[in-house]
Amino acid sequence: MTTSSTVGKRRDPGASPGSAPRRRKNLLGRQPLGLAFSAPYILFILAVLAYPLGYAVYISFHDFFFTAPGVAVERPFVGLENYIEVLSDPDVGRSFVNIGIFLIINVPLTVALSLILANALNRVTRLRTFFRVSYYVPYVTASVAVVGVWLFLFSQNGLVNSLLGSIAPDPSWLVNSTLAMPTVALYVTWKQLGFFILLYLAALQNIPEELYESAAVDGAGKFRQFWNITVPGVRSASVLVTLLATITGANLFTEPYLLTGGGGPDGASTSPVFLMYQEGILQGNPDTAAALGVVLVLGVLVIALIQRRIVGGKDD
Amino acid sequence: MTRYTKRALAITATAMMGLGLAACGGGGGDAASDGELTSGPITIWYSNNQQEVAWGEAMVEAWNADNLDQEVTAQEIPAGTSSEEVIAAAITAGNAPCIVMNTAPVAVPQFEEMGGLVPLDTFEDGVEYVESRSGDVAEQYKSADGQYYQLPWKSNPVVLYYNKDMFEEAGLDPENPALGTQDELLETSRTLVESGAAEYAMWPSPAGEFFQSWFDFYPFYAAATGGTQLVEEGESTFTSEEGIAVAEMWRTMYEEGLSSQEAYTGDSFVDKKAAIAISGPWAIPVYGDQVNWGTVPVPGLEEGTETSTFSDAKNMAIYSACDNKQTAWDLMKFATSEEQDGALLEATGQMPIRQDLTGTYPEYFEANPAYVEFADQAERAVEVPNVPNSVEIWQTFRDAWGASVIFGNETIEDAFNSAAEEINSLASE
Repeated sequence: MTTSSTVGKRRDPGASPGSAPRRRKNLLGRQPLGLAFSAPYILFILAVLAYPLGYAVYISFHDFFFTAPGVAVERPFVGLENYIEVLSDPDVGRSFVNIGIFLIINVPLTVALSLILANALNRVTRLRTFFRVSYYVPYVTASVAVVGVWLFLFSQNGLVNSLLGSIAPDPSWLVNSTLAMPTVALYVTWKQLGFFILLYLAALQNIPEELYESAAVDGAGKFRQFWNITVPGVRSASVLVTLLATITGANLFTEPYLLTGGGGPDGASTSPVFLMYQEGILQGNPDTAAALGVVLVLGVLVIALIQRRIVGGKDD
Repeated sequence: MTRYTKRALAITATAMMGLGLAACGGGGGDAASDGELTSGPITIWYSNNQQEVAWGEAMVEAWNADNLDQEVTAQEIPAGTSSEEVIAAAITAGNAPCIVMNTAPVAVPQFEEMGGLVPLDTFEDGVEYVESRSGDVAEQYKSADGQYYQLPWKSNPVVLYYNKDMFEEAGLDPENPALGTQDELLETSRTLVESGAAEYAMWPSPAGEFFQSWFDFYPFYAAATGGTQLVEEGESTFTSEEGIAVAEMWRTMYEEGLSSQEAYTGDSFVDKKAAIAISGPWAIPVYGDQVNWGTVPVPGLEEGTETSTFSDAKNMAIYSACDNKQTAWDLMKFATSEEQDGALLEATGQMPIRQDLTGTYPEYFEANPAYVEFADQAERAVEVPNVPNSVEIWQTFRDAWGASVIFGNETIEDAFNSAAEEINSLASE
């Protein structure tokens, strides 16, 4: 704003302090046209994201349920009652543990696999497009369709158990309380890998080839080049991938809904968002669903900030 | 409610998307229900079931031909995860149609609480029409305030379908199967699986959705108790001796591998993975010639008793956003007249909830003897209890069922007692 007023003075030396044009410039900044360009997106964010967020926070502090327009009902302020109900619900606690297991498996696996595969794809010269498309196809395919394939693979009499023979787990993967969530985590890792590979591929283009040539001249092998040049070179992409994988993972819904038959077995793959769906949409309790949503948001926020400190390093 | 990017702003934005799920509605707007009973054009929704669509189109055409000033515009219910979610969203938005011919009884208490339904008692002949058409069965559809918010329309009483070829292969009598009691069912199931004739005896969905108990526990519980609902007079009933016995039978089925803990993606009966299925009359054209099937009533605990079963009904209701409620009511009566009920029966094989079905449509049942069993069961079909928090009650029960019966992580007594306590509290709210 200081710069803005200085510019204002230079352009209009005769204008008295506090004149209307100067005030307008202060208000609109140096590039008022920029506001006009960004206004549609700002409005979109306000209408589609900010308003629902604010409304959800409001709902979470009230005894709230949806009604037909014009129906007069009392929605009294209940303070932290909805939060207490949510936090004392063992199913909610279980869902947060489940999502913790999911993130511990999914996020590191996503970062490692997508970086390694992107690096490999970056060096492939033949069939490059074929490989890139192959990895991307699961990401753009509807979960409903892909889940059917995984059910076929991981069911009691599925392909995986047939290959494993006598060492196949019993109960089978998707109905095994210990293995259900790791299987869901593997599925999500595989399905979203294509998107994260693309992010890394873009980041890899920014690493100068000369660095690899110099390292080779200095006698560094492939692994050393990867560890000392590639990994630091794509650090900003790693931050983004970690963050995105965490956020999408924490919002897990489709997979427990479809792959494990509604968070089964016996709640072993229930996620907080799945419980929000049950509470808010199916059972008509948007107040407790909103409270759960707020708790989830705060949880994700804390995890993401910690991750950014760990993965981001000094330059981020 | 999914993803977003860019650091703290992105995290917050994603949070907003997550919360959007819970915040997607609200109040405001004009009062939809002003109590005036006017006539004029209306819109209705019906099921997207192919046969029902054909019936609905013909019914609307017949109505429109005689009521030019009260034209009905009909469409299939918009696609969604479930009809109930779509209808709830429409009620909140104030754009629900006048009639939905696919209203699930379990959702009625919730729609009622939302102020989305018009009590049929509003109409001069409302109560009289409902009770004279459906008889004593209508009582199950009366709400806690003593009013009817739904017109009992059609039921799909569930029975056991069995694969005669598999029974024969297992050395069982396919024409007189030993399925008269729940103990016999268990023995027959063992024979079917141990002989290798079937991979599983029965394969109901083990999924955790609230409605899945209507197709494993509830029909057997109705049969065992002579028609007791899950909740009666505000108290849960399933901790009774009969309720525990039914649960123990199913626990044995899962424990001995006679039923699968995994979900099956297709139709296990059609695909010949299971020898017995639990379905309503709608399944007859589906199974058709694909399976050499027979039917028996869902067995009770003792032989020779006239058993009840679950109704799986879908009803009609008038929604408060309707401008011309008198037309909506008149259309409902037209669509459930003896003539239209007969047409529905003919087109879909589903049982109109009206008294003396076999006496009213003797030609139909003579020509289609396979449906007589269902007409008989329809008279004793048990509905889900019409109580507050109905969906939450069924979800609580399903969670207890999954934990104790399907996966055996808890004892049946502990899981049922704890669920009963929670359900009693929900029913009394």
